[in-house]
Amino acid sequence: MAQSKQLAVEMRGVSKFFGAFQALKAIDLTVETGERIVICGPSGSGKSTLIRTINQLETIQSGTITVDGIELTAGGDNVGKVRREVGMVFQQFNLFPHLTVLQNCMLAPLKTGRANKSSAEATARKYLERVKIPEQADKFPAQLSGGQQQRVAIARALCMEPRIMLFDEPTSALDPEMVKEVLDTMIDLAREGMTMLCVTHEMEFARAVADRVIFMEAGAIIEQGAPEEFFGNPRSERLRNFLGQIA
Amino acid sequence: MIRQFGPADILFIIEAVRWTLLLSVIAFVGGAVGGLIVALARSSDSIALRRISAVFIRIFQGTPLLMQLFLFYFGLAVLNLPINPLLAAAVALTFHASAYLGEIWRGSIQAVPTGQLEAATALSLSYRDRMQSVILPQAARIGVAPTVGFLVQLIKGTSLTSIIGFTELTRAGQIVNNATFDPFVVFGLVAVIYFLICWPLSLYARRLEARMRRAFTR
Ligand SMILES: Nc1ncnc2c1ncn2[C@@H]1O[C@H](COP(=O)(O)OP(=O)(O)O)[C@@H](O)[C@H]1O
Ligand SMILES: [Mg+2]
Repeated sequence: MAQSKQLAVEMRGVSKFFGAFQALKAIDLTVETGERIVICGPSGSGKSTLIRTINQLETIQSGTITVDGIELTAGGDNVGKVRREVGMVFQQFNLFPHLTVLQNCMLAPLKTGRANKSSAEATARKYLERVKIPEQADKFPAQLSGGQQQRVAIARALCMEPRIMLFDEPTSALDPEMVKEVLDTMIDLAREGMTMLCVTHEMEFARAVADRVIFMEAGAIIEQGAPEEFFGNPRSERLRNFLGQIA
Repeated sequence: MIRQFGPADILFIIEAVRWTLLLSVIAFVGGAVGGLIVALARSSDSIALRRISAVFIRIFQGTPLLMQLFLFYFGLAVLNLPINPLLAAAVALTFHASAYLGEIWRGSIQAVPTGQLEAATALSLSYRDRMQSVILPQAARIGVAPTVGFLVQLIKGTSLTSIIGFTELTRAGQIVNNATFDPFVVFGLVAVIYFLICWPLSLYARRLEARMRRAFTR
């Protein structure tokens, strides 16, 4: 099994310190291409830090991270190469408020030389269509609802044609009635075969699309497994408690 | 010998306005370039750049502008360069403006939410593109009002260059007053002229700020 599929992400002994505080404790994690991973765990357990090391929004102090065969820590322009393959969606959307929806989606493809103006616009419109808001292209982010903004953020990341998508609690800042439209967009993406690592407490989403659910606590992976196993038969006491709390 | 304050004096004072304006423009343009460099250095990842720019700001904010003018003025003589009040004033005010604008713009850059930088980084934009396309346009909105506010300070600050003998508005007023000894009329006129230059700028700053705000929330 291990050699037959290409690895999207391979973490070996990854440790991250903020000053003296250890946020990640020698994490080992492999993600296969096409795999959908959901990461959950209590607040402060290191979930965000973990996925942010994959595109080096956080640097690590020890261990190695290889993304699509590119070793992040090996120097050169490897960080740049990895970032071009990894898209990220944030809890707070982080759309650029001074640019229209269309400009938000076109900026990175244009600036990184991926596309010229007309092909960047065509790509942007294609993905805005995909997330079901093509009619909002010329609006500014502040004119959109939270759910619409998050879907734009997904489209913006997709415009770079990433091979891996990272989601950091993409629905946590949304009003309840908008959670579904964003989850549906993510489910569509998962069905198309995108490799995804999602930090979320939306267990319905995890059951629907996750190949594997990971439970983190205090900077370590405590337990992981397929959703039926993970939710139906949690082995550790701590996971049982956690699932009891969020249910 | 005291003569009557007359139309020729008014003309003399008004003509000196161009030197105040020229000096203000030079200092502001030079200060904008220097200030951008200082602000980027202050908010960079390099500890060395941050330290150097912090020291620069501290020196120019922590000493009186008048002393800076003296040092640059007499510094020219020490370097065996011809004494040139305009050059000394322009250089001193440029450094002064670089320090203040650098600090204002550092604050503006750092007031842009960190998520903006993270999103731009995750989209694999280069440092230059992150700054140029994402951070600076938003920082400009935050910084525009204090920047114009500082420009008003700078214009008024050019009056200090009269002390090193540069004949701008204030010095022209002194010259006229020495001949007419009519200080309330002379310096009243000078003050009104400063006010007429600075007041529209303050109004403009407020309008610009309102327009920027609308652009974001429209
Ligand atoms: N920039 C930072 N500086 C210091 N400590 C941090 C920083 N970012 C996160 N931490 C700490 O690291 C731990 C893990 O944080 P995080 O990955 O954000 O947790 P989670 O996403 O699981 O809620 C927390 O204890 C948090 O306080
Ligand atoms: Mg988090």
